[in-house]
Amino acid sequence: MTENDHDHEHARVLKTEHPVGIVGYGAYVPRYRLPAREVARIWTDGTGGLPIEEKSVPGLDEDVATMSIEAARNALARAQINPRELRAVWVGSESHPYAVKPTSTIVAEAIGAVPSTQAADWEFACKAGTEAMVAAMGFVGSQMARYALAIGMDTAQGRPGDALEYTAGAGGAAFIIGPGEESLAEIESSYSFVTDTPDFWRRQYAKYPEHGQRFTGEPAYFKHITSAGEAMFEATNTKPEDYAYAVFHQPNTKFPQRAGQMLGFKPEQIETGLLVPRIGNTYSGAAIIGLTAILDIAEPGERIMMVSFGSGAGSDAMVLRVTDKIVGKPQLATTTEEYIARRTEIDYAEYVRMRGKLTMK
Amino acid sequence: MTKVVIAGIGQTPVNEQWEVSLRELGLQAMEAAMQDAGGLRPTALYVGNMLAGTLSRQAHLGALLADFAGLTGIEAATIEAAGASAAMALRVGTLAVASGMVDAAMVLGVEKLSDQVPAQVESALAMGSDTDYEAEQGLTLTAQAAMLAQRYMHEYKIPEHGLGGFPLTAHANGVHNPNAMFRKAVKPETYAKAGMVSAPLNMFDVAPNADGAAALLLTREDLLPSGFPHPLVEIAGSSAVTDTLALHDRPDPLTFNAARLSVERACAQAGILPKDVDLFELFDAFSIYSVLSMEAAGFSLKGEGWKLAQNGAISLTGEMPIATLGGLKARGFPGGATGAYQAVEAVLQLRGQAGGAQVKDAKIALVQSLGGPASTAVTHVLRVA
Repeated sequence: MTENDHDHEHARVLKTEHPVGIVGYGAYVPRYRLPAREVARIWTDGTGGLPIEEKSVPGLDEDVATMSIEAARNALARAQINPRELRAVWVGSESHPYAVKPTSTIVAEAIGAVPSTQAADWEFACKAGTEAMVAAMGFVGSQMARYALAIGMDTAQGRPGDALEYTAGAGGAAFIIGPGEESLAEIESSYSFVTDTPDFWRRQYAKYPEHGQRFTGEPAYFKHITSAGEAMFEATNTKPEDYAYAVFHQPNTKFPQRAGQMLGFKPEQIETGLLVPRIGNTYSGAAIIGLTAILDIAEPGERIMMVSFGSGAGSDAMVLRVTDKIVGKPQLATTTEEYIARRTEIDYAEYVRMRGKLTMK
Repeated sequence: MTKVVIAGIGQTPVNEQWEVSLRELGLQAMEAAMQDAGGLRPTALYVGNMLAGTLSRQAHLGALLADFAGLTGIEAATIEAAGASAAMALRVGTLAVASGMVDAAMVLGVEKLSDQVPAQVESALAMGSDTDYEAEQGLTLTAQAAMLAQRYMHEYKIPEHGLGGFPLTAHANGVHNPNAMFRKAVKPETYAKAGMVSAPLNMFDVAPNADGAAALLLTREDLLPSGFPHPLVEIAGSSAVTDTLALHDRPDPLTFNAARLSVERACAQAGILPKDVDLFELFDAFSIYSVLSMEAAGFSLKGEGWKLAQNGAISLTGEMPIATLGGLKARGFPGGATGAYQAVEAVLQLRGQAGGAQVKDAKIALVQSLGGPASTAVTHVLRVA
């Protein structure tokens, strides 16, 4: 990269005209857990390393619509605003229940945000949720809207026996973006790094995604996360030690640990948001549910860096600063750790039934 | 034979080069070789490649790469012999220059394996075996090598981890090679704990698939540019031998007969005995291949080749150093391009340019590439001219 390119990228950092931030947030994780050793028991005779301990599995009556409603209600409980003041309800996911028919209208109707609202579904593999957050920043930062709801939620698909089956989990988070002065955490700026990199995809009518195996690592996940993170350091003139917490997209345990190390963060800065070992990869929900776990314990004045990653590929980096308004907010709804602790272990057979995987070829 | 000399060498790093295409890899190696040769331009290009047609959907590499290197108009074609493709291209280049019909031959080994997912690469590599009787039955080269190792260990009562000295030696040597995929020595206890790939071969017994390109520019001594800057290395012996393609058609699968014959013939042509060489770049795609290649070359009795790795005989300071710059195991296995890397590394040794991996006073090197389980064996003797 030349010096000119650097200046060019520097100017691409997004800052809102008027300060914006998170007014309310909420997480949701289904109660069922499938240990990774169960997948290994069925497919590898129990041999081989396990990428996580266990993953969350949605129950028979759960999907991205119901789970988004749960998270949105938690966000409203913390924001303490009238849902009719939401001028956008945006749901990012790669497991929307319908191919055509919005999830977001179901959510908007359920929480009482209709009819005077924007509503649409977003898709960008695992960064659809943060993409919706960036859009909400623009919506609120321009003062077209006082509040906008951005959700990232998934019931991720993994082909039976595939490496992804160990990790493809369910869960996510909702954020009500509003004016900076009302925020429990201000979003100071965001930066997105996007290229056409086909590391993971699911085509029309396909039940399960395909992926480029090792190609999903260096040229995809690591390149985009570290590029976005480094650009953000430069643009905001900050260093890793300026942050109390960092959270990344987390497809397995090792990737975010290594990405954190590459960017110069210490393990203690990333451990709070590193939920993947216990709930799996929640795709569009992965980075942002990590953020909710951080907000649950963060103190005023602390800075947080979040970098999502969506295959295909791109990363959204955000810098947040926690405000005094955080005090007392986490207790207004179920915390993320409480959701994780609410746990019913299932075996592979129950998992097969719950996920509707039992079909004759 | 007219003396054929190696005027230039070039290589790219061996690893997963996601952002570099097949043609760019080839270009980098050829440009490096031309520059190393003091600007000598080839009049022919022989490309050693096995899988471009399958994995990159690109055949006709001769015209593609000659044109891409700015050599449009020269004679150019692909030579294919599975894992021995580039070694066979080196032999073809040698024949061409020795015959007097070609003045300067570029021998390029190039392979791009990372364009497809590993299962497809393994399946494509299995095309080097007998498709009807082996590959179609589900046998990959790795699984076949595992069965060979199993048989060998049973037949000669080899202790568990008895083959481990070969990959450990390769990894120790690879530390000194800036182009190697893995530059880290491996401890015996790490080897003993490694995950199984196909029993009894574990992760360290199987060379890693990778992308890479290496090139050698051959000419005759009188055509060298004036002021040629390197110690001169000649191709003193060259031999290619085939065996049955299917392993099960051999009376004794634990004898790499083609490997034996090609060593004998290449050495005879050079007027030496195998024991006269200072190093042996063998084809360690699997640890068991190393053992059987050492036995085939006559460096040990049958059933005792594995012991060479137990007493330091194959280390850089041993009686017969092998895999001196990491071998396939640590440098990496760029499919059909491998033979060009082996030859380039031997030239570095003979020029005294092998850095921390330098074999002291190396004057003669034996270089051998195998296609499958020595269904093809191509052996060259390189010597300081």
